[in-house]
Amino acid sequence: MSMDKATVANIARLARLKLSDDELDLYARELSGIFGWIEQLQAVDTGDAEPMSSVVERLLPEREDVVTDGGIQEDVLANAPDAAHGYYVVPKVVE
Amino acid sequence: MTSLTGLTMAAALDGLAKKEFSSAELTAAYVKAMEQARHLNAYVTETPDQALAMAQASDARRAKGEAGAMDGVPLGVKDLYCTKGVLTTAGSHILDGFTPTYESTVTQKLWDAGAVMLGKTNLDEFAMGSANITSYYGKVESPWRKAGDNRPLVPGGSSGGSAAAVAAHAAIAATGTDTGGSIRQPAAYTGIVGLKPTYGRCSRWGIIAYASSLDQAGPMTRDVTDAAIMMGVMAGFDAKDSTSVDIAVPDYRAALEGSVKGLRVGIPKEYRVEGMPAEIEQQWQQGIEWLKAAGMEPVEVSLPHTQHALATYYIIAPAEASSNLARYDGVRYGLRVEGDSLDKLYENSRAAGFGAEVKLRVLIGTYVLSAGYYDAYYLKAQKIRTLIAEDFRKAYEQCDVILTPTSPSAAFAIGEKMDDPVAMYMQDVFTVPANLAGIPGLAVPAGLSADGLPLGLQVLGKAFDEETVLKVGRVIEKAAAFSARPSFLAGE
Repeated sequence: MSMDKATVANIARLARLKLSDDELDLYARELSGIFGWIEQLQAVDTGDAEPMSSVVERLLPEREDVVTDGGIQEDVLANAPDAAHGYYVVPKVVE
Repeated sequence: MTSLTGLTMAAALDGLAKKEFSSAELTAAYVKAMEQARHLNAYVTETPDQALAMAQASDARRAKGEAGAMDGVPLGVKDLYCTKGVLTTAGSHILDGFTPTYESTVTQKLWDAGAVMLGKTNLDEFAMGSANITSYYGKVESPWRKAGDNRPLVPGGSSGGSAAAVAAHAAIAATGTDTGGSIRQPAAYTGIVGLKPTYGRCSRWGIIAYASSLDQAGPMTRDVTDAAIMMGVMAGFDAKDSTSVDIAVPDYRAALEGSVKGLRVGIPKEYRVEGMPAEIEQQWQQGIEWLKAAGMEPVEVSLPHTQHALATYYIIAPAEASSNLARYDGVRYGLRVEGDSLDKLYENSRAAGFGAEVKLRVLIGTYVLSAGYYDAYYLKAQKIRTLIAEDFRKAYEQCDVILTPTSPSAAFAIGEKMDDPVAMYMQDVFTVPANLAGIPGLAVPAGLSADGLPLGLQVLGKAFDEETVLKVGRVIEKAAAFSARPSFLAGE
């Protein structure tokens, strides 16, 4: 399978990655190689196999729906590149 | 007398118990060893002051007769584990300055058992790599050299800093994480022991996620006994990780004493991969002979879908990674590169913060999860994963453990295999299936290549049967009597 630059640019936009023109070329080449190799999977007969999302063969545990943590606003914001008045600071989103 | 840094964890604990030396003395020796080993770039952050304070606290506990299972033992911690108040980088620029306000469950268990933190070990960025060449903090060098060749070698990856530190005696042991072989492959390359436990055996809480359905924490140690000791401390249920499993943690060290007579060892016929060097095949045959000599019975087993495991892994792991790494947005932590809009801020921060291999895997993952490709790639891979797990389930009807080589070659030079991602990915061909199936795997050093580099054997076991895996690993260790040492050893 060959992946063109336009496809890579589209995936990069979905992933919120800004890529240079050189990077688009590089990743088009590398992704084409990788997906060419991955193509082998299409030939595998999976019959009625169920898709596996976890190897843990039990239901997720349940607990009482109560607050177990909190009151740690300072901890939560401690690593923010920009914070003010107890909030993360981001560029203006609404005009 | 062996130098303090030459002792295994078991021997060090013995010496501490007999008051032959203090943890403060042992830790001081390791702080010096860590300095001597700096050219390997095994540590991203050294924490000598914290180490010495923890060692003094350990000595005080021991004096009161309150020593824990690993009291006073100096460890390296892979820099993927969040450590309260200590810079945690995941080997990535995007986590610049990230200092967790909490401690991962597994490291907390280690400190509760009395262990001492020497520092945070280097790794491939976000644990993505097989050579430890993708870290923002620079590549890690193996302490080993090929005979008659002074080119630096890779330590393997992604837990390459942990492997190099343990092999070079710049830590007694270290924590690793294993998503597709990241404990076992570097252990094999550097001649140490590495255990990937069953998925769910150790808590993942506070460990920076790469691929959540595959990631497991595990020990990297000088020998199998040390792995058993450390495993007993790291394992256990944690309510904060919904995939951690609530079953009792056995006494792994006691399990080493049991007999292996009559156990059946499965030899998967599909693991004779094309182009595998003869010395890897010979080492594997030697391993089978050792286990036979100990009274085990070899049986041929078939794992027909494992030939597709690597390609399956390179859909599932990047898919989960692209989702997990969506949180690095320049807003909540780490690096921020401003932009005119929120989207531009995201795009700029992620472009500057992620390295080339991480970007590649985020692109793969985003693509296989995107509309129109999800069924063809991601869903297909999940179905093949079911078949791979089913192969192991059937194989374990005929055998108790499975023996394979750990990796298809010995360590390679820094700079090799870098142009072709698929050639690099092939390093994990024998280790990836265990992650997809969630079963435990142990890498044990077994011999040397013609070039004088370590070769490892891998023991795979049934889910939650780390005891048998360790017991069989100990048999291989005794038979192999692996005593080769790397070209560089700190503290000697």
